[in-house]
Amino acid sequence: MFANFDFNVIVRSFDYLIFTGLRFTLMLTVLSALGGAILGTLLALMRLSGNRVLSLLAAGYVNIFRSLPLLLVIFWFYFLAPLIGQWITNSPRPVQVGAFYSALITFILFEAAYFAEIMRAGIQSISKGQVGAGYAIGLRYRQVMGNVILPQAVRNMAPVLLTQTIILFQDTSLVYVLSLPDLLGTASRVAQRDFRIVEMYIFAALIYFLISFAASRAVHHLRKRIAIVR
Amino acid sequence: MNYNWNWLIYWSPNPEGTGTYLDMLLTGLQWTIATALVSWVIAFVLGVTVGVLRTLNNRAIAFAGDAYVEIFRNVPLLVQMFLWFFVIPEIVPAQLGLWLKQMPNSAFVTATVCLGFYTSARVAVQVQAGIESLSRGQRMAGLAVGLTTFQVYRELLLPLGLRIIVPPLTSEFLNNLKNTSVGLTIGLLELTSRTRTMQEYTFQVFEAFTAATLLYLLLNLVFVALSQWIERAVAVPGLIAIEK
Repeated sequence: MFANFDFNVIVRSFDYLIFTGLRFTLMLTVLSALGGAILGTLLALMRLSGNRVLSLLAAGYVNIFRSLPLLLVIFWFYFLAPLIGQWITNSPRPVQVGAFYSALITFILFEAAYFAEIMRAGIQSISKGQVGAGYAIGLRYRQVMGNVILPQAVRNMAPVLLTQTIILFQDTSLVYVLSLPDLLGTASRVAQRDFRIVEMYIFAALIYFLISFAASRAVHHLRKRIAIVR
Repeated sequence: MNYNWNWLIYWSPNPEGTGTYLDMLLTGLQWTIATALVSWVIAFVLGVTVGVLRTLNNRAIAFAGDAYVEIFRNVPLLVQMFLWFFVIPEIVPAQLGLWLKQMPNSAFVTATVCLGFYTSARVAVQVQAGIESLSRGQRMAGLAVGLTTFQVYRELLLPLGLRIIVPPLTSEFLNNLKNTSVGLTIGLLELTSRTRTMQEYTFQVFEAFTAATLLYLLLNLVFVALSQWIERAVAVPGLIAIEK
């Protein structure tokens, strides 16, 4: 079965796969998670605000993105990003955004919809009395949210936020369709160059598995540790 | 912006000779639906089986169940798709590998099998949670009146446990529906793939992707409505989850 399994190709291309491919994947994951979490929190605040227009806008955004396949959204922004860039900078022709930035924009906007739902649940898990107490001692909306509600919401939701980031880590493999050099992309390039498809895809799967599995075990322990005793 | 809008493009004939561009997209939609439904059947059967095995008090079986779930949950879907499509035919015996490669509709078969296994791990976790949420008295009572373990599951734990987890299962179904788009990487001609083809033939990027977006939204609305109807029909009376 593995009689002509060539470990050598993995050794030869190890540096390329890890320091180019995996590094790219991790960078895209971290930047998208940060951007997505910030935008998602803003969307959650909009959705929970008393303003009907803001609330409807946020709900529409979240529901539309959550009904579409990520691949379709990746293609959308691959073609749309240069035109949006042109519109923002008022330049005469489409701006060269490049596949990396269009992928990053896609993941931030797409993941924001999922992070928004998590943060909404987190904010709603805090007792109403805390908001009332905050206003009663004279805090403003910014202070109530920033100093009282959000820190607790993030703490309560930390395991879920991290689990979503692990899902995001796996989803970044879809940038394969834009021919970007992420872990799967680099593995696929070596596979086609050296005709070593079996070794390369199994190696990529193993790396994804090890990182996701270790991360989800860590989240599992975190969940136990930070559980608030009520 | 120098873009030539042409919303009538959907009714122009496509160069593949299969009718209009709209026909092309709708055929893609049919493949999307077919892939989603067939893979869901696989996912449900495997998921219930593995989920039940994980609730038995047997360490070896529980370990195998854990391994199954962890493997399918911790490798990206696209990588799993490539493993099924490119790697499996190479590492099985040559004869079988050849048969797999020459199989008609191999993209559809591979995509449904891959999605079926991928989603089954998620279904298994839900099934396990559903069964474990039931009072342990149910199992004990069943055994006490002389049912076999198999009968306890078939008559008591599964009917009730499955009804409790209908809401999370419908959300898994919708995820599975969206995941069918990953099939395009192995040549499945589903909706997203057909949209790309239309865009490449016509250069009408926005018309093509707008149509696909609307079709996906519509598909979602239909299945959400359907799942709400199912949720109401099978809700267990007396539990908090029921509205009205």
